Amino acid sequence: MVKKAIQIDSKDNVATATGEVEAGRQVEVIGPDGRVILRPKVSEPIPFGHKLAIKPIKVGEHIIKYGEVIGVATRPIEAGTWVNTNNVGSARMPTKGKEEGIL
Amino acid sequence: MTQFYGYTRPDGSIGVRNHLLVIAPIDCSYEPAKKIASQVEGAVAITQYHGCGNDAVVAHNLIGTGLNPNAAAVLVLGLGCETLTADIVAEGIRPSGKPVERLVIQEEGGTIKTQEKAVRILQRWAQEFAELRREPFPVSKFTLAVECGGSDATSGLAANPAVGVACDKLIDDGGTVIFSEPQEMIGTQHILARRAVSKEAADDVYKMIDRDEARLKAIGVDSRWMSAGNIDGGLTTIEEKSLGAIRKGGTRPIQGVLWNDWDKFDRPTRSGLWLQDGTGWDVPSVTHMVAAGAQVVCFTTGQGSTTGHAVAPIIKITGNPVTYTQMEDNMDINAGTILDGFESLNGVGDRIYKAIIETANGKKTKAEALGFADYIVFCRSRAAEHMLGHC
Repeated sequence: MVKKAIQIDSKDNVATATGEVEAGRQVEVIGPDGRVILRPKVSEPIPFGHKLAIKPIKVGEHIIKYGEVIGVATRPIEAGTWVNTNNVGSARMPTKGKEEGIL
Repeated sequence: MTQFYGYTRPDGSIGVRNHLLVIAPIDCSYEPAKKIASQVEGAVAITQYHGCGNDAVVAHNLIGTGLNPNAAAVLVLGLGCETLTADIVAEGIRPSGKPVERLVIQEEGGTIKTQEKAVRILQRWAQEFAELRREPFPVSKFTLAVECGGSDATSGLAANPAVGVACDKLIDDGGTVIFSEPQEMIGTQHILARRAVSKEAADDVYKMIDRDEARLKAIGVDSRWMSAGNIDGGLTTIEEKSLGAIRKGGTRPIQGVLWNDWDKFDRPTRSGLWLQDGTGWDVPSVTHMVAAGAQVVCFTTGQGSTTGHAVAPIIKITGNPVTYTQMEDNMDINAGTILDGFESLNGVGDRIYKAIIETANGKKTKAEALGFADYIVFCRSRAAEHMLGHC
C-alpha cells in the first residue's frame, strides 16, 4: 500500500506520516477533505507520527501545523524532508534539543 | 437546521437522559446511596470523596450535576452530621424546578428505614418519568464537552482533529462546546487568546493557563520541557504538542473561561466555544464539564479507555485502528480510518457529529450499555492556591 501522510489543516506546510516511510519511497499527502495534494519522494526515512515538509521552507519561516505556528525553520527544508528538532525551533522559547529541556 | 430530541425540564433546559440522581454529599452516606440506587431502574448514585469539609468547589460540582438537565430528579441522601449538608445541596438544585428530595440517615433512624423511604421516592419518579416524551429542539439548546485521555501518537493526528471538525459543525449550527485540561494548553496561550472574542476572555485565557504553569513550577516541573518520548513520537515543540490536544475543541472563537473555583462556578452564558478551568485528569475533568451543563461528552483516546459518566453519555473515539480492534467493546468510533486514507478528516468529523446527535436522541454509548457511571470531583489545595496568590 502507498504510504500516507496527513495534512491536518489546509494552511499547514507540513504533513504527518501515518506509518514508517523508507528513504526513496513516494508518499501520498492527503488533505483534510481526503484529496491527495502531493506525492513527494522522501529523501530519508521518516518514522510514524513524524512530519515531512510539503512545501520548501526557508530559514526563519514558520512551520504551520493545525493551521497555527508550531515553530520556526532553523535550516532550509525541502519538500519531502523530515521536519524535527534538528531543523525547527520553538517560535516562543529556545529549544536546546533533546533531553536538555528549555529555559 | 440540526435538531436533537430531548426532555424539557422546568427551567427550560433540555435533558437527553432521564437519570434519577442520588447524591451522597458526604462519603459516609455513599454505601447506602449505592444500595438504594441499585434497586430502582434509572437511578445512579454519586459522592465526592473529599471527606467532611464544606469545600465550595465540591458543593458547586455536586449542585451542578444535580442541575444538569440529564438528571430528571434528585434525591440528596445525607448522614446528618456532615459539614456539606443534604440541605445545602438540595437547596442549590431546587431553583431548577425539578423534583428534589432530601433524606438524612440520622434523622430517619438508620439505613433500613431511610432505604425504604428512598426507594419509594425513586420508584415513583421512575414511573412518572417513563411517561415523558422526547421533543425536537435546535442544537442551540445543546452543550457538548470534549476530553482526551490515554493519548498516543494518533490522538493529535486523527481523533482530536476529527472531533474538532464535529465541534466546529455543532458551533456553526448554534450549539455550545466546552473543553478543559488547561495543563495541556501550556505553550498555546497566545493562540487561544488570539481566538478570544473579547479582551476579558483573552486575559482569562492567559490567567488560567499561566496559573497551571505556576502550579507545576512550584513543584519543580518545567512544563515547557519536551520529553525524549515526545520528540521520538514525532513532536518538535511544546506548541505542537498542546495544539494536538486543543484541536479537539475545533477552531472557532473562544467565548471565555468558565471558572471552577471557590468563589465562582461558571456555566456558558451563550452559544459557542468555552474553556473550563478544570483538570487534566479524565474523570474529574468530565465531571466538571458536565456540572457546567454538558449533556453529551466526546472522549478521544489512543490507547483505549473504559470511562462512562454518572449522568452524561460519553462517546469514545480512537484514532488508533489497533486500539479500536482490540477494545471494540469500549470504543464507539474508529477515527483510525484517516490514517490509511480510507476516510478524510472531514468525513470522520461528519460521522462524529452524526453520532453526537444520535447519542443525544437516545442511542446508548458502549459505556452506558455496560453501566459505567464514573464521577469524581477534583479539588485543588486551597492552602497551596493561597500561597501561589491564586485566591
